[in-house]
Amino acid sequence: MQDALHIGGKALSSRLFIGTGKYSRNTLIPEVIARSGSEVITVALRRVDPSSREENILSHIPQQMTLLPNTSGARTAEEAVRIARLARAAGMGNWVKIEVINDQRYLLPDNLETIRATEILAAEGFIVLPYMSPDLSAAFRLRDAGAAAVMPLGAPIGSNRGLRTKELISILIEEAGLPVIVDAGIGRPSEAAEAMEMGAAAVLLNTAIATARDPLGMAEAFRGAVAAGRQAYLAGLGPIQQEAEASSPLTGFLNV
Amino acid sequence: MSFYESLMILERIPFKELWQKYTREDVMRALAKEKLDKEDLLALLSPAAGQHLEEMARKAQRITRSHFGHAVQLFTPMYVADYCVNHCTYCSFSAIHDFPRKKLTLEEVEAEAAAIASTGLRHILLLTGESRKDSPVGYVKDCVKVLRKYFSSISIEVNPLSMEEYKELADAGVDGLTLFQEVYHQETYSKLHVKGPKRNFRARLDAPERGCQAGFRSVNIGALLGLYDWRQEAFMTAMHASYLQDRYPGCEISLSPPRFRPYLGSFNPESDVTDRALVQIILAYRLFLPRSGITLSTREPAELRDRLVHLGVTKMSAGVSTEVGGHTSDGGTPQFEISDSRSVPEIRDMLYSSGLQPVFKDWDILAESSMR
Repeated sequence: MQDALHIGGKALSSRLFIGTGKYSRNTLIPEVIARSGSEVITVALRRVDPSSREENILSHIPQQMTLLPNTSGARTAEEAVRIARLARAAGMGNWVKIEVINDQRYLLPDNLETIRATEILAAEGFIVLPYMSPDLSAAFRLRDAGAAAVMPLGAPIGSNRGLRTKELISILIEEAGLPVIVDAGIGRPSEAAEAMEMGAAAVLLNTAIATARDPLGMAEAFRGAVAAGRQAYLAGLGPIQQEAEASSPLTGFLNV
Repeated sequence: MSFYESLMILERIPFKELWQKYTREDVMRALAKEKLDKEDLLALLSPAAGQHLEEMARKAQRITRSHFGHAVQLFTPMYVADYCVNHCTYCSFSAIHDFPRKKLTLEEVEAEAAAIASTGLRHILLLTGESRKDSPVGYVKDCVKVLRKYFSSISIEVNPLSMEEYKELADAGVDGLTLFQEVYHQETYSKLHVKGPKRNFRARLDAPERGCQAGFRSVNIGALLGLYDWRQEAFMTAMHASYLQDRYPGCEISLSPPRFRPYLGSFNPESDVTDRALVQIILAYRLFLPRSGITLSTREPAELRDRLVHLGVTKMSAGVSTEVGGHTSDGGTPQFEISDSRSVPEIRDMLYSSGLQPVFKDWDILAESSMR
């Protein structure tokens, strides 16, 4: 497997992580997975009901997928830790996406509580992927706490506004010292491609696919965009210049 | 400062003259804005906006899809006691009505819970009449202990309690509070609440805030539409929700737009709330408070509910009985008559055929965390 993304002892060939919320029916999920090529899928534990086969999201997710249960609904580190433990006890594996949100209007993450939860869960052997506001000091602390990656937001959840935090995310990519997965805000395939071109390790998105007129077509569009952006990053983007540069240098005669 | 002080200021608005002043341009300006203020809310509730419901609906639907996707959360109310010490002129449970009152034993609560849970619902709204003597906090707590075995989210709709009492219930596993002010217009409130502790306007008005302080995850408020001018009542409700949202950002504030329904007595509402008015209210709520939950009850008829789910509604009741023990027997007196008597599978199928996903479970009880 070339250019795999290594996280938590797994090698992933797809760098597109997807979500399970907001679909018109759960039965769409298997085909979205197939068309997106994604290998990691996030699930809100609060939506999982093992006692209801028909309405249980888990029964629509193929076995080979890596489950990324999230702590959506948690307002404190303690609540996030409890949700993560419940998820593991429910057989959802040891990956967890920490979401600690204390702001119901913009759903922005609470970095301090997120760091606290990460410290506890990483020490318990969880593969912790924290959703965060793109702040470098917080990223350092998350790394030191044992996070497997950091997941900064591009824009508020569900907003489809794109990479509004681009400058800060690129600092994280450069400095944080662990994989950066852009989570939330990406609304268009071109924005996913841009994140990948910047050097993001992966992107996670849900609303952009789930609320598209044709979710399956959009899943495929994102698959291509993420792959193209990654390929461009690996190929090395040409430098951006303010002025035109002559293809025949003016001082070329000196080398003759 | 509580919302009461804000309400005192808002009451000075000359509503009757103001409604007529808003024009099409004001409505369009509000619709073009991303973040709406008090003026925009007034414009969207004005008669001028009544001519632009389609434009409002398109934007409301877009916002709802973006924030909530295609999901509609389902729940059902469970009445466990109908003893009430208040005399409210518009309610069947009023102390003056003579009917055999009921209060479920914990065994009956369990039977009722099992019957509801067998439909797949995991969200329950526990209701009592307003009587501290007959349904005290201890009784509610005992019921919650039983319900926890069957449900992943438990909300309560009981008489207003102190912050400490709400906290006690939150610690026992209650995560949501529903409390309707009924009427925000104080003079009308005094007129309609003839006797009992419910006469204390302020104690009721401040209760949702006490719920936020106690740590409930969600707080649902509303005015009983029809008891006073609906435009003004909807405005005050939305301002109350906005007040709570600003101060308690961690709490999900939801709104309900219940309309007056026939009941045991003969009171007739002062303000007729037409279907168009209800739609305007729901749309104004959604546009002013894009992330708030909007709850639609079975007070509304099935055909109308099927349409309203596309306009901003995010929570619906299903398989409803407003009688104490109504899911396992048929002996009680309903609090009011429902309009949509469809079963949970029927509501589920309706949502699926409307391109929406019924969500039966959207929370896990986190009380008694092992972290404590």
